[in-house]
Amino acid sequence: MMSRLVRNYQVVVVGAGHAGCEAALACARLGLDTVIFTVSVDSIALMPCNPNIGGSSKGHLVRDVDALGGEMGKNIDAVFIQSKMLNKSKGPAVHSLRAQADKQAYSTRMRKTMEETEHLTIKQGEVVKIVTEDGRVRGVETYSKAVYECKAVILCTGTYLKARCIYGDVSTNTGPNGLQAANFLTDSLKELGVKMLRFKTGTPARIDGNTIDYDKMERQTGDEWVRPFSFSTSAEEIQREQVSCWLTYTNERTHEIIRNNLDRSPLYSGKIEGTGPRYCPSIEDKVVRFADKDRHQVFIEPEGLYTSEMYVGGMSSSLPEDVQFEMYHTVPGLEHAEIVRNAYAIEYDCIDPRQLNATLEFKSIQGLFSAGQFNGSSGYEEAAAQGLIAGINASMKILNRDMVTLDRSQSYIGVLIDDLVTKENKEPYRMMTSRAEYRLLLRQDNADLRLREIGWKAGLVGEKEYEYVLWKKEKIAEEIDRVNQKHLGASERIQSFLRKNKSAPLKSGVTLADLIRRPELDYEMLKELDEERPNLPWDVREQVNIHIKYEGYINRQEKQVLQFKKLEQKILPDDIDYEKITNLRKEARQKLSLYRPASLGQASRISGVSPSDISVLMVYLGTIHR
Amino acid sequence: MRDTIAAISTAVSASGIGIIRVSGTRAVEIANQVYRSKKKNWELSQAATHTIHYGHIYDGEEIVDEVLVLLMRAPRTFTGEDTVEIDCHGGVYAMKRVLEAVLKKGARIAEPGEFTKRAFLNGRLDLSQAEAVMDVIQSKNQQALNNSIRQLKGSVKQKITEIRQKILYEIAYIEAALDDPEHMSLEGFDERLLDTVKEQKLRIEQLLSTSEDGKIIQEGIRTVIIGKPNAGKSSLLNVLLGEERAIVTEIAGTTRDTLEEYIHMGGVALKLVDTAGIRQTSDVVESIGVDKALNQAEQADLILYVADASVPLDESDYQIMEMIKEKQAIILLNKSDLPEKVNARELVRLTGKHVTEVSAKEETGLEELKIQIESMFFQGRLQLPEDIYITNLRHKKLLQEAVESLNQVLDSLYSHMPEDFYSIDLMTAYEALGSILGESVDEDVINEIFHKFCVGK
Repeated sequence: MMSRLVRNYQVVVVGAGHAGCEAALACARLGLDTVIFTVSVDSIALMPCNPNIGGSSKGHLVRDVDALGGEMGKNIDAVFIQSKMLNKSKGPAVHSLRAQADKQAYSTRMRKTMEETEHLTIKQGEVVKIVTEDGRVRGVETYSKAVYECKAVILCTGTYLKARCIYGDVSTNTGPNGLQAANFLTDSLKELGVKMLRFKTGTPARIDGNTIDYDKMERQTGDEWVRPFSFSTSAEEIQREQVSCWLTYTNERTHEIIRNNLDRSPLYSGKIEGTGPRYCPSIEDKVVRFADKDRHQVFIEPEGLYTSEMYVGGMSSSLPEDVQFEMYHTVPGLEHAEIVRNAYAIEYDCIDPRQLNATLEFKSIQGLFSAGQFNGSSGYEEAAAQGLIAGINASMKILNRDMVTLDRSQSYIGVLIDDLVTKENKEPYRMMTSRAEYRLLLRQDNADLRLREIGWKAGLVGEKEYEYVLWKKEKIAEEIDRVNQKHLGASERIQSFLRKNKSAPLKSGVTLADLIRRPELDYEMLKELDEERPNLPWDVREQVNIHIKYEGYINRQEKQVLQFKKLEQKILPDDIDYEKITNLRKEARQKLSLYRPASLGQASRISGVSPSDISVLMVYLGTIHR
Repeated sequence: MRDTIAAISTAVSASGIGIIRVSGTRAVEIANQVYRSKKKNWELSQAATHTIHYGHIYDGEEIVDEVLVLLMRAPRTFTGEDTVEIDCHGGVYAMKRVLEAVLKKGARIAEPGEFTKRAFLNGRLDLSQAEAVMDVIQSKNQQALNNSIRQLKGSVKQKITEIRQKILYEIAYIEAALDDPEHMSLEGFDERLLDTVKEQKLRIEQLLSTSEDGKIIQEGIRTVIIGKPNAGKSSLLNVLLGEERAIVTEIAGTTRDTLEEYIHMGGVALKLVDTAGIRQTSDVVESIGVDKALNQAEQADLILYVADASVPLDESDYQIMEMIKEKQAIILLNKSDLPEKVNARELVRLTGKHVTEVSAKEETGLEELKIQIESMFFQGRLQLPEDIYITNLRHKKLLQEAVESLNQVLDSLYSHMPEDFYSIDLMTAYEALGSILGESVDEDVINEIFHKFCVGK
């Protein structure tokens, strides 16, 4: 037999993008010998599309990842070049951080962090095969025929599986940025019975900033006081000079060029077969679908401090090179722009994620986990969130401890994973705030209160950080109590304060909490009326304010969560034979047999399973438990 | 802990006695709130288990009915939970009022088969009965779902769909703006939303105000008029409608080619459905109409088959006669004023059904039809769907829920809450209205966002 390299690890992570990095770091930090494979070590934590982290609901994911002990928040805090809290004028549940990254610094810092992490080995190479035995992962094989034996494999292949980049007539079989695609793993997965899908996404051109006329654009600046992503980062330490982004618009001329060349777009001519995301439409899509709009926004964003390249947000495209050239040049400020990299669409293989448990382990293959775009999601943040959970659970499995699943009432990560593993997904899945039905409880400001304990139990959050959260919870509760009980009479001092703040005068005594609830007032403003106010850090004060102000709504959602948990806690045993429960409607029987939900709650979210099917299952469970 | 449920547990008909059953942790407390004894300072909650009490049910300060109340505490009850049974006077009205009074105090309408389900889950039914219990749940629920949608008037369905569409648009507007604040602004949105919410709330309230007299769902025996083209179905319908002075004309909302009307014949309420003429056809559009007509007839409680006396029977007539064999049907032999090609005796021989000779043109034979329908009703061969009152009550509750949620949106608007709070209550209203139509929410919002708004990077 041919001799070959054989190595032994506990965990193999395939792919070193945002999912892979979190997964590998989690495993190594939990003490497991981990090797992470990448097609190029220079592309670790690469940001091949937009140069930012966070944004509406994605910012929440980053905060949740951080609270659990992940790396993304710390990494972006270290390298951001602009940061902004979005939706500040709206309710606290939809405040969302978004930071522009220096792409190279982002990648370098993540690589260094991994290099410095014990138990973690970085390896350049392509994994071509998953080796299993009796439905259990035994290891992987590389293109060079080396074998890496292990107990768990985490697949984080991103957009690299059978990747194809396309614009116009040009198509190359490469991953993003011309990187080598992974062409063999799909077949190995198919042999294991894994159902594959083909998705598509795209990215706009990059333009040389020195050739842009910024005078014709509107400047977009960051916040004056930047809030960090990570609960472990102190805000004082990260205030720094920020760069600007720029806003400009397409116009009728742009649209005309696009319309005239639609027949040359691979999307419309059928050269692209993958399903594209509706939330990130190409400019040709926007022009066709929203024909009545006479202009679309274009955001010009720096790729980093190391380069003058600028990202042209809002104008991703797969039109031919000459059309791109003409089209970009119609945009005010881009008349003389030099295109450094063309826009392109990319197609890749991914899986139908309903083959996974909420732990992100394959239902049918023990020890095989997966995360990120491979699971049919899109976005750096979505990837990181899944990577972290897959990493934690691969470790828990090897360590023989309880795996971690987050439900929809605990975290945006719970919503993300539940949606992926439960619902039919026809396009790359992006997180959106409207997907979180309990979003008033899943705020970015309370991620630590929600998730630190889970991260601490898993072993990724330190003692000190956990203790701080315990202390914080106590202080919040105490202060809410105090504010609820503190009575204020209708004294002249108070009346004049209210007049000054355009708030109605008191007719009789009220509590401090009553005043905080008034839309025009808040906890901070009322400080001058509140002599006994204890000295509390701002994050405690913020929680007190939100809790009092939105108490009614928060209580209502908490009640709904209680209802929700009832079904969530009713576990459906692995060995139920749904075909034998003849009282289930046929469609329900088929769907339940195929997707094997973990709980009655999850079953109820499968389309085709009706409330009466759930009632029937409840009775059936009753027969098992007798 | 389970919530407390209530339902009418006898047939909803003009029977002598009706029973409202309440089960759950709060059953006694709720019954106590609607029940008053003659005894001073005595409350139901003090009573010993398995005892019977005489008194009255109140809705606020108004006496609803004189009743006997059976109080049974857990676990020795059918469901295994605290249970109260209120024996009231039979008759639809009294039962409905008592049930409503109980619901107002916090019970919810039981799902079909729910008492049995609880009995089983609480160990009050034998393991061997599990199969039967599952059967009951599934079949009752399917039936209720079908009826609930079927009984909904086309025009009401149309209205609710429109209201939902308006609400969905506003939710998607807010959500799109929250998702992509740099592409979409919510400036000036409040004023527009205020108008929309007020308007839609008013429309729901109008539906509610008509729900008292059962106009959300129409209470009538589903009567389908069927026959060949030109047999005179429509003119007969017009005659029937013309006789009925107090009809409320309904333009069909669901289908373009079936028309629904409500009339009373004698003491019997009929929901009349006119259909496309039945004939063998190769025309695609027409054959869709024919299929629809046959489908309508399948679902009918009563079929009025209009046969043409002036032309010989053909293939289509035989097809219809075959279909009505197993159904309650009356044959109307129309055009009896013209030279006869088909006679009544022949039709009776072929179908075994009652045949009435009529002439839509001369308006004759209608009295006989009326007598025939009345006698079928009083013989019990025609019945109103039993659950129609419950359906109505359920719909009413859901409409009220929608109104409450919209009120909450108005409150939030008046107190200048941030926009993301509006969409939470708009969503609740949207869901409640959806339940009336048997529609779930799924990806509606996200689809609407992508359909209507150009968002994304």
